[in-house]
Amino acid sequence: MELSFLILLIPFLSFLVLGICGKWFSHKVAGLIGTCCLLAVAALSYSVAFEYFFQTERTAEGVLPTLVPYNFTWLPFFVEGLHFDMGIMLDPISVMMLIVISTVSLMVHIYSFGYMHGERGFQRYYAFLSLFTMSMLGLVVATNIFQMYLFWELVGVSSYLLIGFYFTSLAAIAASKKAFIVTRFADMFFLIGILIYGFYCRSFGFEFNEAGFAQGSFMLPTALVLMFIGGAGKSAMFPLHIWLPDAMEGPTPVSALIHAATMVVAGVFQVARLFPLWIQYAPEALSIVAWVGAFTAFYAAAVACAQSDIKRVLAFSTISQIAFMMVALGVCTEWATGHEHVGSLGYMASMFHLFTHAMFKALLFLGAGCIIHAVHSNEMSAMGGLRKYMPITHWTFLIACLAIAGIPPFSGFFSKDEILTAAFAYHPAMGWIMTGIAAMTAFYMFRLYFGIFWGTENKELHAHHTPHEAPWTMTFPLIFLAAVTCVAGFIPFGHYVSADGQLYDIHLDWNVAGTSIVIAVASIALATYIYMGEKQPVAEAMQEKFQKLHRWAFKRFYMDEVYQYITHRIIFARISKPIAWFDRHVVDGFFDFLAWGTNALGYQIRGLQSGSVQKYAFVFLLGIIILLLIMIL
Amino acid sequence: MIHLDYILIISAVMMFAGIFGFLTRRSTLAILLSIELMLNATDINFAVFNRMLYPEGYEGYFFALFSIAISAAESAIAIAIMINIYRMLKNISVDELQKMKW
Amino acid sequence: MDNILFLSSFVFIPLVMLFGLWVARSINQVRGVMVAGSTALLALSVYLTIRFLGDRAAGIADEMLYTGAISWFEPLNIKYSVGVDGISVAMLLLSSVIVFTGTFASWQLKPLTKEYFLWFTLLSMGVFGFFITVDMFAMFMFYEIALIPMYLLIGVWGSGRKEYSAMKLTLMLMGGSAFLMCGIFGIFYGSGAATMNIVEIANQTGGAHAIDFTQQCIWFPLTFIGFGVLGALFPFHTWSPDGHASAPTAVSMLHAGVLMKLGGYGCFRIAMYLMPEAANELGWIFLILTGISVVYGAFSACVQTDLKYINAYSSVSHCGLVLFAILMLNQTACTGAVLQMLSHGLMTALFFALIGMIYGRTHTRDVRELNGLMRIMPFLSVCYVIAGLANLGLPGLSGFIAEMTIFVGSFQNADTFHRVLTIVACSSIVITAVYILRLVGKILYGTCTDEHHLKLTDATWDERFAVICLIVAVAGLGMAPLWVSDMISTGVVPIVDHIKEVAVVSTSNPFM
Repeated sequence: MELSFLILLIPFLSFLVLGICGKWFSHKVAGLIGTCCLLAVAALSYSVAFEYFFQTERTAEGVLPTLVPYNFTWLPFFVEGLHFDMGIMLDPISVMMLIVISTVSLMVHIYSFGYMHGERGFQRYYAFLSLFTMSMLGLVVATNIFQMYLFWELVGVSSYLLIGFYFTSLAAIAASKKAFIVTRFADMFFLIGILIYGFYCRSFGFEFNEAGFAQGSFMLPTALVLMFIGGAGKSAMFPLHIWLPDAMEGPTPVSALIHAATMVVAGVFQVARLFPLWIQYAPEALSIVAWVGAFTAFYAAAVACAQSDIKRVLAFSTISQIAFMMVALGVCTEWATGHEHVGSLGYMASMFHLFTHAMFKALLFLGAGCIIHAVHSNEMSAMGGLRKYMPITHWTFLIACLAIAGIPPFSGFFSKDEILTAAFAYHPAMGWIMTGIAAMTAFYMFRLYFGIFWGTENKELHAHHTPHEAPWTMTFPLIFLAAVTCVAGFIPFGHYVSADGQLYDIHLDWNVAGTSIVIAVASIALATYIYMGEKQPVAEAMQEKFQKLHRWAFKRFYMDEVYQYITHRIIFARISKPIAWFDRHVVDGFFDFLAWGTNALGYQIRGLQSGSVQKYAFVFLLGIIILLLIMIL
Repeated sequence: MIHLDYILIISAVMMFAGIFGFLTRRSTLAILLSIELMLNATDINFAVFNRMLYPEGYEGYFFALFSIAISAAESAIAIAIMINIYRMLKNISVDELQKMKW
Repeated sequence: MDNILFLSSFVFIPLVMLFGLWVARSINQVRGVMVAGSTALLALSVYLTIRFLGDRAAGIADEMLYTGAISWFEPLNIKYSVGVDGISVAMLLLSSVIVFTGTFASWQLKPLTKEYFLWFTLLSMGVFGFFITVDMFAMFMFYEIALIPMYLLIGVWGSGRKEYSAMKLTLMLMGGSAFLMCGIFGIFYGSGAATMNIVEIANQTGGAHAIDFTQQCIWFPLTFIGFGVLGALFPFHTWSPDGHASAPTAVSMLHAGVLMKLGGYGCFRIAMYLMPEAANELGWIFLILTGISVVYGAFSACVQTDLKYINAYSSVSHCGLVLFAILMLNQTACTGAVLQMLSHGLMTALFFALIGMIYGRTHTRDVRELNGLMRIMPFLSVCYVIAGLANLGLPGLSGFIAEMTIFVGSFQNADTFHRVLTIVACSSIVITAVYILRLVGKILYGTCTDEHHLKLTDATWDERFAVICLIVAVAGLGMAPLWVSDMISTGVVPIVDHIKEVAVVSTSNPFM
C-alpha cells in the first residue's frame, strides 16, 4: 500500500524517458523499458490487490474499508470544501480495475513486441502506451471527481495519440480527431456536472458527506445525469458511440487495450464510482442509464451482424457489451440492506462483467491482431479457413467467442447471467430484451468466428501469401488471457466487490441461466448452419432478401452521416463561417470604416486649408459680417 | 471746409475697392495694389479724424506717416518676391503658385 | 529607497541594455547584450519571486510589498511609486520568461538586427515598468512606452500587409489609451485629486467609494474599455488577428504573451479595484461581451486558414476568458484569471514561436499548403502538438489548471445569468479542441506533398532552446500549480474583498 504511488509514477517516468530520449534507443531497448516498467506496475498492482483483499481487516459490518494511502491538495479553489486533490484511493472496484488494467496492459506490451516489430515510431508507441497506462490507473484510483476528470482527459489524449499513431494515413487522422472531439463534447457535460456537484454538495470528494448531499440533493440528479453523459461519451453509448468503430484505425493492440478493455469502460466505472449517489438521490434517473444502455446494446448488436471488417465487428460488440454493463448498473433499484441483494445485484454483475469482458475482449482483439498480422487485411473476405494455419489463435479465439456468447464454464457466462438476472428483477421486459441481445451477441460472434476460421477460404490470396502463426510474443498473451477467461468465472467475485461492500455469494438463477444457455446455443447453431460451410447459400439469400436492412445496418444506420452533416453543414458552414465573415467584414469593417472615414473627412476639409490668402480673407470677412449681423440683431 | 462725411465716404469706397480687389484679383501685383489702396484708406481716416476730432494733437498724422513708411517697405519686399517668383515661374498669378502646397 | 532601486532594476536593466545595444558594433555583440540582459531580467524575476514567497511565508501581510515612492510632478501629485503583489510578481516572471525566450526566437533575425533589438528592449522596458508601478500615471506612461515600439517593430520587420496592420494596431490601441486617460483622470479627480497611487486611492478614508457612484459609472466603462482593447475585448479585438499575423515572431510572442496581459491586469487593478460599485453595477455588460469573445473567438478560429490568424483568434477566446473570470468577482475566478494570463502567455508565445519557425522555413502560413510536417521537422512538430494540447487544456499542461479554476470560480455565482454564461464559456473547450485538432491533423500529419518542403531542416539550437524553455514553463505550471496559485491568490484577495465590500446588486441588469 505504501508503494502504491509507484503504480502511477513508474509508467509516467517510463513515458518521459521514452518520449524524450526514445529516439536514441533501439527498438528492443525501448520496448524492454516499457515492458519492464509495466511488469513492475503489474507486480505492484497484484501485491496491492492481494494486500487489500486478503490482509485488510474488514469493518464490523463485514465491509471492505476504503483506504486512502495518499491524498494532497494539488490545486486550491479557495472555496469552502472545494479543492482539487490528487491521491490514491483503494476500494474494491478501484483495486479490481488496477488488476484489469495492469494485466491487459502488460499483455499488450508483450504482444506489441511482435505486432509492432520494425514499425517506425516504435519508441513513441511504447511511450504513449505508458502514458495511457498511467492515466488510466490514475483514473481508477482517483480520490475525487476532479482527479478523475483530469485523468479522464489524459486517457482521452493518449487514446487520440494512439489512434493517430499511423499519422500518415488519412483515415487514422480523421478517426483520432473524431474520437477526441466526440469524447471532448461529452466531457463538457461531465465538467458541468462536476461543477454543479461541487457547488451544491460543497465537495469534489467521494467521501459522501451526508450533510452536503442533503443540502444539494435537489440538483444531484441533474449533476449525475450530466456526468453520465460524459461517461456515455467515453463508453460509446448511443448516440455518442460513433467514434469507437473508427478508433479501430489505431494499431490493434491499442484497440485491445484502450478501446476494448480499459478506457471505454471508464464510463461504467464512473457510474459505479458514483453509484451510492445514484441509488440514494437519483434512483429515477438511474433508469435513464438502463434504457440508454439497453438501446445501445441492441443497436450495436444489430450493426455488428452486418459488418465485414473484423475489428469493426469487435468494436460494435464492445459497444454492446459495455451497454450490458450500463444496463446492469441502471437496473439496480435499491441500496442493498441485509442479505437480500436483489436490488443491487446489478452493481456486482456489472463490475464482474467488466472484469471478465476486459479479459476476453482483449483476447479477441489480440487474436484479431494475429489474424490481421497474418493476412494483412481487416476484411473478412481475405480470411476464411484460417484454422489450419494458426491453431493457437484459432483455439484461443474460440474460447473468447464462447465466453462472450455466454456458454459455461467460460467467464462471460457467469457475469452475463448475473446481469440478466438483475434485468429480470428490474422488469421482465428488460430481462427479455437483454436476453434477446445476448442471443444476437452469440450469433454475430460466431458469424465472425466462422467467417475467419471456417467458411469460404480466400485461396488465391492465401496461396500468394501463406498465413502463418504469430511469434511467441504474440501467442503468449493469447494463451494467458484464454486461461484467465476459462477460470475467471469461478472467482467468488461477490466476496470482493458488491454494492454495499458486504460478502455476497453468487447463486446462479437456473431459470435465467438455463434460458440464456439454450438461447445462446440456438444462436450459435444458427450461425454454424449459415456460415460454417464453404458455400453459404442461406447467408446470401438472407442478404438478398433483407437488402435494405442489411445495407442500413452495414452503414451503421447512417449515424456517421448525421454527425457529418451536423459538424460540417451546420457548425462549420452555418456558424463558424458566418462568424468569421462577420468578424472580418462587420466588426473589423466598422473599425476600418472609422479609419477610412477619418481619412476621408480629412481629405474633405483639407480644401479649406488651401494656402490661398484670398480665400482666407474672404472667409474671414464673411465671418465678421455674420458676427456683426448676429451682434446687431 | 469739406464735410467729414464726404471724406469718410471716399475712404470707405477706397477701402472696399481694396477689399474687393484683394479678394478677386489673381495677379499678385494687383493684390498688392489693393492692399495699398486699403492702407491709404485707413491713412486718410487717421488724418481726417485727427484733424476733425483732436485738432490739438498729432498722433493721427504720425500714425498715417508710419503706415505710409511701412507700406512702402512692405511693397518693396513684396515686389522683390514677385520679381523672384516671376523669374522662376514666368508668372505671378496666385492660382499658379501651388508648388509648395500640400 | 532600497525597495525603489530593487524594483526599478526591472527598468534599469533594459535601459542599460539599450545603451549596450547602442554601442554594440557587431551582431555578436548585439546578441551578447541581449542574452546577458534578458538572463539578468530572468534571474531578477526569479529572485523576486523567491524573496516574495519568503516574505509572505514570514508573515508579511501587506497588500503591496517593496513599496516606495519618489515625487515626480508635485502639482498633480504624480509620483513614481513602485510595489508588487502576487499578481504582479507572476506577471513579471511571465514577462521575463517571454523576453528571454523571445531573444532566442529572434536569434537569426535580419536585417537591422541592432535596431530591432533596440525597439524590442524598449518594448520590454515598458512592460516591466507597467507591472512594477502602482501609480496610475506612471502605469499609463509605461503602457504608452510599450505601445509605440510595436508600430515600428511590425511596420519594419513584419510580413504581409505590415504597414496596414501596424497602423491598425497602433490606432486601435491608441484609441483605447485615449479612453484610458479619460478614465484615469476621472478617477484622479473623482477621488479628490490627492494621489495617483492606486493603493492609496483604494484605501483612503471612505475608500474608492469616495468616488461618486454616478461618476464611477462614467469612468468605469472608459477605463475598462481602454484596457479591454488591449485585452482583446469583443468587439475591440480586431487589431489582434491582423497585428499578430504581420508581426515578426518575437514580437508576436511578446505581444500576445505579455502585452495582452496588460489589458487584463489593468482592468482588474485599476478599473475594478478603484470603482467597485460600478464594477458591480455595470459588470454584466462586459460579462456578456467577454462571454461572446470566448465563444466567438473559438468559432472564428475554426475556419481560418492562416496559422497566425488561428492563433490570434484563439488568443481572443482565451483572453476573453481572462476578462470573463475577472468579472465573476470572486477569489477563485480571479485567481483563475491570473493563472490563465500566465498560462495563455506562455503557451501562446510557444505557439507563435513555433509558427514563426515553421514560416521561416516554408515561407507560407497557409494551412492548405502545409502538410506532413511531422516527418520533415519532427522536433518542431512535436512541440507544436504539445502547444496545441496545452491550448485545448490538456491536464498536466498549464491551460487545464487555469480553465478549471475559472470554471469552478464562475460557477460559484448562483444566479441564472452567470450560470448560463459559465456554461457557454465551458463550451469553448470543445470548440478549441476542434480547431486545434483540425490544424494538427492538417499541417503535421499526413504525407508531405510539396517537394520544396521535403528538403527543409529541423530546428536549430537557438530555436530548440527557446521552445524547450517555454515547454518546461508550461509543463511546470501545469504540474505543480499549487505555489503559483497560492501566490496569486494573496494578491487577489485584497482586491476582491475590496470589490465585494460594497456588494451592490446590479439594478441595471435585465437578465437578473
